[in-house]
Amino acid sequence: MPVFGSDAMTWLSAWCVTLSLLVFVGFLSVLLFFAGQWLVADAPNGSMMTARLDTIERLLLSGGGNGEFNAMLPAIVGTSVVVILMSVLVAPLGVVVAIYLCEYARGTWYTELVRIGMQNLAGVPSIIYGVFGLTFFVYTIGGSLDEWFYADRLPSPTLGSPGLLWAAITLALLTLPTVVVAAEEGLQRIPNSLREGSYALGATRIETIIRVLIPAASPSFITGIILAIARAAGEVAPLMLVGVVKFAPELPVSLQAPFVHLEHKFMHMGFYIFDVANHAALGSGRLGLLCAASLFLVAVILSLNISAIVLRSSLRRRFDSPEDI
Amino acid sequence: MLGRDALIKASELSARTARLPPSLTINNLHLSYPRGTALSDVTLEIPPAEVTAIIGPSGCGKSTLLRCMNRMNDTIEGCQYRGEILLGEEDILAPETDVTALRRRVGMVFQRPNPFPKSIYDNIAYGPRIGGVRRKRLLDEIVERCLRQAALWDEVKDRLDASALSLSLGQQQRLIIARSIAVEPEVLLLDEPASSLDPISTLRIEELIYELKRNYTVIIVTHNMQQAARVADWTAFMHEGKVIEFDRTDDIFTNPSEQATEDYITGRYG
Repeated sequence: MPVFGSDAMTWLSAWCVTLSLLVFVGFLSVLLFFAGQWLVADAPNGSMMTARLDTIERLLLSGGGNGEFNAMLPAIVGTSVVVILMSVLVAPLGVVVAIYLCEYARGTWYTELVRIGMQNLAGVPSIIYGVFGLTFFVYTIGGSLDEWFYADRLPSPTLGSPGLLWAAITLALLTLPTVVVAAEEGLQRIPNSLREGSYALGATRIETIIRVLIPAASPSFITGIILAIARAAGEVAPLMLVGVVKFAPELPVSLQAPFVHLEHKFMHMGFYIFDVANHAALGSGRLGLLCAASLFLVAVILSLNISAIVLRSSLRRRFDSPEDI
Repeated sequence: MLGRDALIKASELSARTARLPPSLTINNLHLSYPRGTALSDVTLEIPPAEVTAIIGPSGCGKSTLLRCMNRMNDTIEGCQYRGEILLGEEDILAPETDVTALRRRVGMVFQRPNPFPKSIYDNIAYGPRIGGVRRKRLLDEIVERCLRQAALWDEVKDRLDASALSLSLGQQQRLIIARSIAVEPEVLLLDEPASSLDPISTLRIEELIYELKRNYTVIIVTHNMQQAARVADWTAFMHEGKVIEFDRTDDIFTNPSEQATEDYITGRYG
């Protein structure tokens, strides 16, 4: 069948696909164009190549423009760390919720209630999650933890102030509905005959879930994580309330135990871009910086997604699931 | 270590040859779903170490009856039953019956092959692993023995790690039979095991059923009367949730005593 088929519907849909592709390519080109222009224009004397490397080095590591922009690397690290931590938190929780809804309480009023709750959660504006995270996680839970475990450091808070842990938990809450819905779909698509086959061999329900259903549905769990990453990496508003700052003197990860510092405040690409944009009016050169930073954010999300997709396809091969679960 | 393995194997073998599989006695079994009655007053005596076929028109309750024998109907909501099914001495419908233990004694093969999305090896080893067998060598032995018994070994011995889904439907169904006998059941329930297979695969399954009755009590539900005539020693004819007639297969097909049975097997019904 020709791509731009003879009948009106295929013709229309093929053009719509092309159009959206063009918009996407155009959007990337604009980013690339301004970023490239800035890279070239900002080059001081000396050879072109070293100048560009120097600019990238300044962008990533040392900041510049008389304090107009900070180094971006901490923001890249911060974004990656908070998203990875979020995935680690939301994956087991979402899968367990989906298993409960799908395997234990299918079709009961309680399941319906939870499902409606989930849908409503998905519709709540993200800043509300930030407010919730700040009041409940940071002040209530974090404050109590401080009183119980870090009383000697009071009144300066340890866990009772915004930080990496609370940001990751808030994001996990934000993306929970996404993961649950995807995981549930994966479980629902497993034919009942597989469950019966397992029961017929004397397996209990929990054995069936662990040995048959979870492996068979694991690609769709990863799909849920991929969608969650896509959503979470783009969220800035709630994080500004629960842990992201304009400038953090230290990375949230280090080579010293405990390696990940859950109570640290951290920098985030989204906030970094917002910050640069606030200065963008100062000169057209900053517009290029803005575009370069955006490109980096896209790249970070893309690489997180790609690693999840690679993991999923290896799971699919291993458990030999058909493409659609 | 080797000595112990050999000992286990020898004791297994002697148990196998010495053991006569149990009979199943169904007394006054009633079963209803929320939408209506599926079985009423079913009484059947299924002889040990022989093949019993259950035939009858669609919706007559033959699959439901089969699924009572390993309590598979328990997974269906709103399914209620009374009466008793004796496996040997024990009433398997009693509420205190350990259903998972029962299902290890009464294996089941379904209408469509339902291999797990795992390797051929892992499919067979699934039941034994759940039963607590961990040692690789013992598992290897079980896998080989079951595949040989299911006449599949020669076709798959070089690719035990390949996905079970890469097999043809007929091979998959023999794999399912191998998987069922890996937990060493005493009774095998076959729910239209060949209905989704081509004639040649069907023939192989039938030959296999013939072999299996040496070690197992086999009960097969089938739509296909020729199949019942070929594989079964005994045949029960069911109609509208009741067992109309139960007799030697030869007698049922040559000299049925009920008019309904005769109408069905001569094709005047269903």
